[in-house]
Order: sequence, then C-alpha cells, then structure tokens
Amino acid sequence: MTDLLERSTAVDKKPSWLRRHSPPYWLSLVGGGWMLLFFLIPLVSGLIVSLETGNPISGYTLTWNWHIYSQLFVHSDIPYSTFLLRSLYYGVATTILSILIAYPMAYFIAFRVSVRWKSPLILLVLLSFFVSFVIRTDMWSFVLAQQGFVLTGLRKLHLVSANFHILGTSNAVIGGDIYNNLPFMVLPIYVALERIDRRILEAARDLYSNGRQVFLRVVLPLSRAGIFAGVLLVFITTVGDPVNSSLLGGVGTYTIGQAIQDSYLTNQQFNVAAALSTVLMVILGIIMFAYAKIFGTENLENLV
Amino acid sequence: MNIDPALWRGLTQRRMPRRVLMSAAGKGFGLLSVAALLASCGIAGTLDHQGAQVDWAAFWKGQKKTNQLNFANWPLYIDSEHGKTESLELFTKMTGIKVNYQPVIQADASFYATVEPELAAQEVTGYDIMVITNGWYFTQLVNNGFLIELDQSKLPNFAKYASSLVKDPSYDPGNKHSVTWQTGFTGIAYNTKMITREITSFNDLADPAFKGHVGMMNDNVELGSAALLRMGVDPVTSTPKQWRESTQWLKKQRPLVSGYYDQSYISHLENGDTWISQAYSGDIFQANLSGYPHLKYVTPKEGQIVWHDNMVIPRQSQNPLSALSWMNFYYTPKIAGIVEDWVSYVCPVPEAQQYILDVIKDPTVANSPLVFPSTESAKLSHGYYIYRDYDEYQTWNDVFNPIIES
Repeated sequence: MTDLLERSTAVDKKPSWLRRHSPPYWLSLVGGGWMLLFFLIPLVSGLIVSLETGNPISGYTLTWNWHIYSQLFVHSDIPYSTFLLRSLYYGVATTILSILIAYPMAYFIAFRVSVRWKSPLILLVLLSFFVSFVIRTDMWSFVLAQQGFVLTGLRKLHLVSANFHILGTSNAVIGGDIYNNLPFMVLPIYVALERIDRRILEAARDLYSNGRQVFLRVVLPLSRAGIFAGVLLVFITTVGDPVNSSLLGGVGTYTIGQAIQDSYLTNQQFNVAAALSTVLMVILGIIMFAYAKIFGTENLENLV
Repeated sequence: MNIDPALWRGLTQRRMPRRVLMSAAGKGFGLLSVAALLASCGIAGTLDHQGAQVDWAAFWKGQKKTNQLNFANWPLYIDSEHGKTESLELFTKMTGIKVNYQPVIQADASFYATVEPELAAQEVTGYDIMVITNGWYFTQLVNNGFLIELDQSKLPNFAKYASSLVKDPSYDPGNKHSVTWQTGFTGIAYNTKMITREITSFNDLADPAFKGHVGMMNDNVELGSAALLRMGVDPVTSTPKQWRESTQWLKKQRPLVSGYYDQSYISHLENGDTWISQAYSGDIFQANLSGYPHLKYVTPKEGQIVWHDNMVIPRQSQNPLSALSWMNFYYTPKIAGIVEDWVSYVCPVPEAQQYILDVIKDPTVANSPLVFPSTESAKLSHGYYIYRDYDEYQTWNDVFNPIIES
C-alpha cells in the first residue's frame, strides 16, 4: 500500500511529460492558429453556408441541403462542372507554359549574367507588379484589340486573315494568366538555381559530361525545389482567378472564379457561391496533397 | 483504510494512452467548436420590420441644419474643370454646406455589398447621398427600409423643373425615396466603318454577317430586356413565361456573339473588336467627342430601355437636410446644365437645354438628341421589369444567366 503511494509520488517528481514534450506543441501554436483561422474555419463555415437555404432578404437558415451539390454539378442549366474543368485546364496550361518560359529566364539570370546585372534584371521581372493587376490585364485587351497596333500590323503584313482575333479566346485568357503569374515562377526557380554550388558543375564537366548532360543530370534535379514552389504559386492562383477570363475572355471562357463572384455579388445566392468555393477548395486541396505526396515536400525545405 | 489496490492504481496512475487522450480532447474540442459554429450559423436577412412605422413628417421636423454633405457617386459623373467642380462650389457658396464628394461607386452590386452590413445594423454609412440605378438593388434598399422618405415640400425645384421622364417613376411611385441624378438609354451602337447598311432593329444583333463581332451586355437585366423588347413585349409588364420565350432568340444569337461585356463593351466597340453592340447612349455621345465619331447610337424600332441613376438618402444619414437642399439645388436649369454639359447622359431638367445653349454656349451638347431626347424617342422608351421580391429576381436570374454564363 505505502509502496504504491511512494511509487506514484515518485512518478510526479520526474520532469512531467508535459514539460518535456510540450515545447514543439507550443511552437506549432502560431502555425496551427494560422491554419485554423485562415484555412479550417473558412472551409468549414463555407461548407455550412453552402448547406443553408434562403435568400438575402429574409435570411439563410441551415437546412442541411446537401442536394445543392447535385443541383449545381449534375442537374443544372448552368454548366458549373464545365467551368470547373475549364479553370483546371487553364491552371495546368498556364503552369506548364510558365515553367517553359520562366526556366530559361531564371537560368539566364542565375548563370549567364554578371553579378552587376542580376539585381536590375530581377527588378525588371518584378516591374510589372508596380502597376495594379487589373489595369495591367486591361491594357492587354487594348494592345491585342482588333484595331490595336499588334493585329493591325500583322494584317498589313498579311500574316493573319482579316477575321483573326486573339481577345475572347481561351488562348487570350491563358496568355493573361501566364503574364500575370510569371514572376511567381521565375523567382523561386532563380533562387534554386542561384544556390547551386558552381563547383558541382565544374566537377560534372571534369567527369566528361557535356553541356546537355550537366543540365539534365545536375542543374535540373538541383533546381526542382524552385519548380515545385513555382507550380504551387502559379497553379493555385490561376485556377481561382476571375479577372483574366472576364477581361480577356469572351463567350466560352467563363471560369469557376467568375461563377463564384457572380453568384455572390450579382445573384446574391450565398449558398451557391459557398458550395462552388467549397468544391474548388476541396479539389485544389486534393490535387495539391497528391502533388506534394508524389514530389515530396522536402523540395520546399531545400529552398529555404 | 482498506482500499482495493486496483482502484488505488486507477485513481493515481494514468491509464489512457496519451494518443487516445489527445485525440479525444481534440474531438471534444472540435465538436464544441462545430456546435458553436452551428449555433451561430444562419445568415440574418436584411428585411427591416420597423421601416413602415416611422413618422417621416416628425422625422423631418426634428432635423437640424448641418453644414456638411457626404455624396457618394459614380466616377466621372459630375462636372470637373481642372480638379474643380463648379456645381458643388456654387452650392457651398450659397448654403455654406461643405461637400465631401466621393466617386466610390463602381457598380450597384459591389457598392450595395459594401454598405448593406452597416445599413442592416442601423449604423452610419458615412454617406448622405448615394446614387443607385433603379433595379434590384434600388428595390432592395426600399423594401428593406434602408432609405429615408423625402420631404417633398423641401423640393420645390424638382416639382417645377423635373422632366416627365423622371417624375413619379414606376419603380418609386411619387418619388417617395429618390430623385433622378441622370437618365440613360440602352439601345444599339454600331461602327459605321465596318457596317455600311442601316441598323434599325434588335434583329440586326443576330445578323450572321457580323459573326464574332457582336457585343452583348453581361448585365442580365439589360440582356433580358433587349430580348423582351425584340419580341414586342414591354419589360415592365412582362411575365416569366415571356422571359423564357425570349431566351430562344438569345440562344440562337449566341454563336455570333464575341462576348457578354460589362462596362468594357465601350472599349471593345472603340477598338473595333465588336462592330455592333448593346450600348448606353451617354457612352456613345462621349465616344463621338473623343475620337470615335464613326460610332453611332440607334434607338431600335422595337424600343429602347430607359434607366435612371437616382439620388437616395440612407436611413442613418447624419445630414439629411443638406442632402435635400442639394437635391433641390441640382434641379435648376443652371446647375443641371453645368453638370449636364460635362456628363452628357440624359438630363432630368429639360430647361437646362436653353441654359447650355445660351450661357455655356455648347450647342454640341444642347442640340444632341442623346442628351435632350425628342418626345418620339422618349415614347419608345421602356423601363426595367420591377421585381416584387427576391423569388422573382431569382427566377429572372435562372432564366437569363445560362445565356451569359457558359
């Protein structure tokens, strides 16, 4: 009996489990709070609003209206599932093309330019951010217009037919997406390339690699952290974007971002807007989770 | 004391593995927070049940004069010369009321979304006059009791000078809540360089010769009203059955349309992307003066839409008397003329025409049928359908949105 009591007090005298193991939990509090505040709560409240029925005048009440999801994505006059697929397609196309454009840019700045010119060139990459996003995009619709100088010039040279147009097509939207997101791809790739130890490249050459092999076997694998980060930044922003498709698009370029905006602001169907955003968030979450599982998050850790 | 050792152990030692305990705590916490969320969920409606009981005569009697006016308007919607606004300066000189003019309204929907929470909570929005287009958002402001009823006895100039187009409108009988700031027409505009034949009818918007160069509006009220007018139906008295019928033409026309545009329709017309488009009269008038004389506005033979941007006083306005005296001040040939000469939509004061001609000496504006419409074009004008409640608005959206959103 006394033996038992002694043993239990002995346990208490040891540094408690809490004291030994709590620091990591305390440290994760900020990050966890961030996730809770800006990810979990919005997601859950979005889900709840999507299950409500009513209207803005008399209010919305929770009726667990799960039907809304089948109403919107299966039996709807408005093809929301098409908008979703279209947005994902724009996202994928933009991401791939951004990599193809941004990688040579970043490579050039990181490897082929003297130190003196690096900062000015990076500044040039960022220069477009000095002007508001919407105005930048709207200026493209001015430049690419039917009577704008680009198409007028091309028509005079007989390079395009009189009916050729750029605005109002999916390509115009993807072009705008690439233009607006390019710095998000260039910068992480540049950082990754810049961190590569130049002696490794010399070593590869000493071991009889030709230029192509050095790039494919050494530079590219070492810079994949940058590509990984760039893909996250570009893909997520593009899929939800309503601006490029409304300013540069036309008939048949309506995206899920526009649908969410219009159903919230114009139609005041808060439940529809919430349902669409919830589906978008969940699908993006799944894609990103799979992406991170396949390519590994240690890629990101290498970058910082 | 004889206690079973097993019980003792149970009381003093931890038996639950930490992982289980933590997850249970997590679940409990999660459930709690979900319960809290559910309890607080549901979105309150904006319908105000006290609106009807306000004694407006007593309200106005109780008001004291202030020397401040906060005026929310759309961009580029008042006279402006080198950063000065003559009409407002004259007002300040005469009444001593300082005007804080804020061109903050970009669209009815987004502006309504920013002031609605304050109006619903009966808090001060910081505006004494807001300019709102007649339409769903105007109807909501009225139905929710968000607006002050105007004291007509303090608006003698309105009674004297206002045109018949803006007096006693169907969306606000007796001008109970609003007086018009500017009026506009929605019809068709086309590029005379690209289209040489005469454009007379809505059916010209569906001419296969213009494939890929037809602009329509993404405002479903404008889009639907045009389709109804084409059928020979007055939107004001239309029925949901007719709304559905009218979409057949819109669906047929869709392959020819290059886009359903917001205000950017005008730059598409100017750039030559579209050759023919639904258009607002005032924009075309402005475009003609600023380097696009080849754009032409037509009133279709089936009729055109007339809309009004209206000055209203929000319920929690701090300076309602200032707002009223501005409204009254505006409705004179002189002030309306000064504003109109710059804005050049459709003037609510017909006598301003003479002022612009004689005093400002600007015959381009004064003689334009777009600014001072003839009685025939006024006769051809029809208003928007007025939604009685949200369900009707919803039905309209369900009918016309599938055309725009695809």
